[in-house]
Amino acid sequence: MSKYQTVSYDVVVVGAGGAGLRAAIEASASGAKTALVCKSLLGKAHTVMAEGGVAAALANVESRDSWQTHFRDTMKGGKFLNQWRMAQLHAQEAPERVRELERWGAVFDRTRDGRILQRNFGGHTYPRLAHVGDRTGLEIIRTLQDKGVHSGIDVFMECTIRRILLDDGRVAGCFGYQRESGRFMVFHSKAVVLATGGIGRCWQITSNSWEYTADGHAMALWAGADLIDMEFVQFHPTGMVWPPSVQGTLITEGVRGEGGVLLNGNRERFMFRYIPELFQGEFAETEEEATRWIDAVVAGQRPEARRPPELLTRDVVARAIRREVREGRGSPHGGVFLDIASRRSSEVIKKKLPSMYHQFKELADVDITREPMEVGPTCHYMMGGVRVHPETQESTIPGLFAAGEAAGGMHGSNRLGGNSLSDLLVFGKRAGEHAAAYARAQAAGAIDDAQVTSEANEALAPFDHSNGENPYAVHEELRALMQTYVGIVRTQDDLKHALEQIQLLRQRAVQVKVGGNIQYNPGWHLALDLKNMLDISEAVTQAALLREESRGAHTREDFPDSSPSWGAVNLVVQQRERKLSITQVPLPEMPAELKELLKSE
Amino acid sequence: MSKMAHLKIFRGDAQRGEMVDYQVPIAPGMVVLDAIHAVQATQAPDLAVRWNCKAGKCGSCGGEVNGKPRLMCMDRMDKYADGEPITIRPLKTFPVIKDLATDVSWNYTVNKTIPAFQPPAGQAELNFSQAEADRVQEFRKCIECFLCQNVCHVLREHEKYDDFGGPRFFVRVAGLEMHPQDTADRTGLLKDDLGLGYCNITKCCTEVCPENIAITDNAIIPLKERVADRFFDPLRALWRMLFGSKT
Repeated sequence: MSKYQTVSYDVVVVGAGGAGLRAAIEASASGAKTALVCKSLLGKAHTVMAEGGVAAALANVESRDSWQTHFRDTMKGGKFLNQWRMAQLHAQEAPERVRELERWGAVFDRTRDGRILQRNFGGHTYPRLAHVGDRTGLEIIRTLQDKGVHSGIDVFMECTIRRILLDDGRVAGCFGYQRESGRFMVFHSKAVVLATGGIGRCWQITSNSWEYTADGHAMALWAGADLIDMEFVQFHPTGMVWPPSVQGTLITEGVRGEGGVLLNGNRERFMFRYIPELFQGEFAETEEEATRWIDAVVAGQRPEARRPPELLTRDVVARAIRREVREGRGSPHGGVFLDIASRRSSEVIKKKLPSMYHQFKELADVDITREPMEVGPTCHYMMGGVRVHPETQESTIPGLFAAGEAAGGMHGSNRLGGNSLSDLLVFGKRAGEHAAAYARAQAAGAIDDAQVTSEANEALAPFDHSNGENPYAVHEELRALMQTYVGIVRTQDDLKHALEQIQLLRQRAVQVKVGGNIQYNPGWHLALDLKNMLDISEAVTQAALLREESRGAHTREDFPDSSPSWGAVNLVVQQRERKLSITQVPLPEMPAELKELLKSE
Repeated sequence: MSKMAHLKIFRGDAQRGEMVDYQVPIAPGMVVLDAIHAVQATQAPDLAVRWNCKAGKCGSCGGEVNGKPRLMCMDRMDKYADGEPITIRPLKTFPVIKDLATDVSWNYTVNKTIPAFQPPAGQAELNFSQAEADRVQEFRKCIECFLCQNVCHVLREHEKYDDFGGPRFFVRVAGLEMHPQDTADRTGLLKDDLGLGYCNITKCCTEVCPENIAITDNAIIPLKERVADRFFDPLRALWRMLFGSKT
């Protein structure tokens, strides 16, 4: 019954955050006829919410910085589970990607000698994050957007892609619907780049927007592609905890980069007690030493003291906060305190952290220049994603590429702050370039009309259900389930319980009913998204159950230590005959000179 | 039993519509967008509204709350009097698609006409001071919520969509023109295509800007001066008449 509109391109990029925009710009510049398809209006994607900065070893502030140090920090932050070649390319190419943005009009904060300023962040040995106050993501997305509109790209706004269409095992295009009209669309293309971001809407407390419904992860899985590292979900240590309206909203790590300290309910600076073995000797061990570090940074000098433990990696800080709260040392609303007011002047706070100031003042009645913030962990970023070739970003399906958060492997078991914005620039460009090259060498595949019709009918089914539930109710239950049982700290029993419950929710999800018509109908859109979120929640939970160790963002209470044998493998998730299968894949062998880098201090 | 909020929300499309009453429980710190989401989740799942960041950073959720243009994610419910109905309408200046979502595509069409940033040729790295950056960073704070476009009477009342760019794009051009390293010239575009002259600096745009950009004082007036210098300076006009030079 369903009619659909077909448009033809060489390359279709799904998602218009930083990775998608950068991929589309590059694909178009490489001569491919390129479409950019996004669920929101252009310029509203999740990149806009990135705050602290983009990591690149420009060495503008600290001349000792280099790609080698950035590589080492990234691997160490990921507890060595990262695909080394991605981490290497990322560290090597990030500086040029940042300078390129500046040539495209981005206006970063400046050093005294007029170059791009860089700030300190967790896990980075040196001040490395190019930034614009605390709105770096806005600067990056706007720069790419303004570059993109002059790049000959066709943009399809408010259009959701649901399925990758295959012809004989390779990409023939993709299928979706226009949110505004509800009409179905087929993008007939030689290559598809998934730049769909993450999966945070599977959790209750999250910094992620409605868009993060695991679309790309799920579409890749359904198409038969491999997913990797799915057990690693990053909980950012500092989300807002009060009032309930803003629970989970992000507070940039830049607050700690600018000198902010974490205090428990007894006003004790607890992070000194949580320095892991891997980082012993690299962090300040007394308040006095930490203060000397801040004083030097504020004065623009090279610090002799070691860094404050608040700048440990996110996995470490999030676990520490959780523990303080669990053991009864939390703040009144179940978080801890983050204090910048006693460390920096009111003027500096307003200048370097303007949107944090604004956000707390307007939404929480807290003046961060005078009093501490209350903070707690919030689901923030997906390390796992589509398994890609490190050079080309092509998945295990010919013609299907992925970049940014939708792709996995770069960050291993834990991402460093600032490495996401650089990741999406470096690998967005690579994905666009190689998707265009792939498209040049291929003839277009055929679209299977019967498949499209069947997809369309399946999509319309919720309108015919007479007795089903409201999709919002099922979604809220999934979020609560994942929050409680597949959160920061996991156990075998919890994970098994979650898997059982996901099966029950799946039965309810296929029955949900929606009212109204197909035009701009968020209830319908959510009903369709439930399938993505359930399948990917299951993938995360299965992988988390299998990995019987604690590493990076994956903490098992029943297996609290890291194990060398688990540290030698990545988990790869596939869907075969509608069932998930997980295999252990050995890490690729690293060249000797890179191994040396990881040893050197 | 928690206190209830009373909302009157526009439901409809470009052709027809009505204000529909809803009641939802109030939670501490709730913003208008939370109340709309509560309506959506429990009573009207097909209620159309745009949102993304829920922290005033993306500019998606502009609407008219009790007649005032607001980002609904930053509009606290507790500032409205107890029990009084809160009316929520879509932005008036743009055609309604459905409920609170409007067709803002015109803005994207205007944006495309603005020539991109053009740095000096052959420079791998640009050099400029923080003081120079400050001047344009103010303009680059714009989150494209289009509230300024919504209240500008040249658009809202006079519907000069074909002749006028609107405050958002004067801010954008200001960010380019005042960039210390930009070499392009957009003065002619400002005068002719973007119709800067239609603006009579009533500052309505500045008043509604959620990013507190001094749109009129820092963007529009300096741009008007540039246009005046270029095109309306009598000495220059005389020079051009005599020597035919471009400037």
